[in-house]
Amino acid sequence: MIYFDNVSKIYDDNSIALQDVSFSIEPNEFVSIVGHSGAGKTTLIKMMLAEQRPTAGQVFFESVDVHNLRRQEILDIRRRIGTIFQDFRLLPHLTAFENIAFAMEAAGRSDEDIEADVPHVLDLVDLGDKMWNFPHELSGGEKQRIAIARAIVNQPDIIIADEPTGNLDPINTYEIIQILKKINDLGTTVILTTHNKGVIDSLKRRVMTIEKGKIIRDDKEGKYML
Amino acid sequence: MFWTNTKRVIRSGFINFWRNGFVSLASVMVMTVTLFVVGSLFFNNVLLDASLSELRDKVDVNVYFNTDASEEEVLSLKDQLESFPEVSNVEYISREQALENFKERHKDDILTLQALEELSENPLSAVLNVKTKEPSQYESIANFLSDKKASGEDGGAAIDEVNYLQNKTAIDRLTNIIESSKVSNFAKTAILVIISIVVVFNTVRLSIYISREEISVMRLVGASNRYIRGPFVIVGVLYGVIAGIISIIIFYPLTYWFGPLFYPLPLFLTDSVGKLTLFEYYINNFGEIFLIVVGSGVVLGAISSWLAVRRYLKI
Repeated sequence: MIYFDNVSKIYDDNSIALQDVSFSIEPNEFVSIVGHSGAGKTTLIKMMLAEQRPTAGQVFFESVDVHNLRRQEILDIRRRIGTIFQDFRLLPHLTAFENIAFAMEAAGRSDEDIEADVPHVLDLVDLGDKMWNFPHELSGGEKQRIAIARAIVNQPDIIIADEPTGNLDPINTYEIIQILKKINDLGTTVILTTHNKGVIDSLKRRVMTIEKGKIIRDDKEGKYML
Repeated sequence: MFWTNTKRVIRSGFINFWRNGFVSLASVMVMTVTLFVVGSLFFNNVLLDASLSELRDKVDVNVYFNTDASEEEVLSLKDQLESFPEVSNVEYISREQALENFKERHKDDILTLQALEELSENPLSAVLNVKTKEPSQYESIANFLSDKKASGEDGGAAIDEVNYLQNKTAIDRLTNIIESSKVSNFAKTAILVIISIVVVFNTVRLSIYISREEISVMRLVGASNRYIRGPFVIVGVLYGVIAGIISIIIFYPLTYWFGPLFYPLPLFLTDSVGKLTLFEYYINNFGEIFLIVVGSGVVLGAISSWLAVRRYLKI
C-alpha cells in the first residue's frame, strides 16, 4: 500500500533527516514508528503526505509515485489518508460538527451525506453530546477524538497518527489507542508514531525503530527498544 | 457541485468574519480610515475642479468695436470665432445692451446717468466676450484678432481694441496656478492612494497570518486551493463593503456641516440647474460616490486576501 524505495532527505543545512530508507506497509496493517525526537519520524510522515519531497528515492502510494503527481492528484491522495496530530489541529472557529463537516465538504460530499455522517462518526468516538462545542470548550482527549472523527469520516484507506497521545494523560491515551485499534479492526491501515513505551508494548503489532534517519529495527510483533 | 461549493465558500466566509470578530473589527477600522481617505480625495478633486473652473470662467478676452461698426460685421466675426475648436463661448453684447448694462450698473449714481443723458448718442461700443476651453489658448485667439485688426480685412477694420495684453499677466498666472495645482493634486492623490493600499494590504495580510495554521490544516484534509482561498476572499470583500458603508455614512454629516467651511464660497458647484453645495453634490452623486468608495473597498479587500493567502497555499 505504501512503499518507500531508498528514500533520503537532506535539508538545506546539510542535516540528514533520512538515509536510504526502504520499507513497505501492507493494507490493513497497524504499524508503529518509534524513535527519538529528531530521528526522522515526522519527515517520514510528511513524505507520505507529499508535503515534502525526498532528496533521493521514491515514495509510492499503491503504485503511484506521490512526488510525481499534479496538485489535484495530491489532493485526491490526501483525501484517502486521514491524519491525526499531537496538537489536534482543529479549526478553532468551527464547532466539532463543523470541523468534521469541513473535511467532508473539502472532499466534495453532499449536504445530505454530511448531515447523516457527522453525528454518526461523533457517536463512534463517543462525543455525540459535544457536537456544537468549539475546540476551546473541549478537553485534550475530546479534541483528539474530534480529530480522529475528522480523520475517519471520509473513510480513508490509511490513518496516519503522528504522536496522537503526546499531550494526553494515561486514561485518554488508552482510549485514543483503543479507538485506533478499532479503526484498524474495521479494515483501515494505521500508521502511528509515538514515544510512549506502554502504548507500543501493549499493542503487540509491527514496530519500526528509526535512529538518525535509518531504520534500525523492523519487528512483526515489536517492543519499544531504544 | 459548483453551486454547492460557492454556497459553502460564501457561508464559511461569513462564519469566519463573524467568529473572528476582533480581527474583523480591527481590519474594518483600518479599512474605514483608508476608504475615508479615498472618499476625501474624491471630494477634494471635485472641489478643486469646481474652484478652478470657476476661476477659469472669470477670464475672457474682450473685443471692442468701433461705435460705427455694423451689427453684420460684429456677427460675422462672432461666427468666425465660434468656428474655432478652442473657443468655448462667444457672447455678443450690442451697443444697446451695453448701454442698458451701464445704466443698470450705475443706477444709484445719478451724476453719471445725467452725464450720459447729456450725450446725444450712445457712446458705448459693441463687445464680443470670447472664452476658450483652456486659458493657454487665449494667446492664439488674441493674436488672430490683432492680426485681423492690423490687416483691416474681413471685418477687421471694425475692431477698436482687443484687451488681451492688459490681461496677459493675470491669465498667465492663472494658467500656471491651474496647471501646478493639477499636478500637485495628482501627486497627492497618488501618494495617498498608494499608502492606503499598502496599509490595507498589510492589515489583511496580518489577519490571514493569524490563520496560517488553519490553512495548513485545510490543506491536510485535502481541501483544494480555491476552496481554501474562497472564504478569505469573501472576508476581504466583507471588510471592504462594511468599511465602505461606514465611511459613506461618515461623509453625510461631514459634508453637511463642514462643506461650507472648506471654501469661502459655499455655493460653487454648478450643474444644469444652478449652484450646489458640497452636501447637495454628495446627495446628487450618491450612486457614483458609493460605487467609488465601496467598490475600492471590495477590490482592495478581495485582492489583498487573494494575494495574502497565496503564500500559505504551496503544497
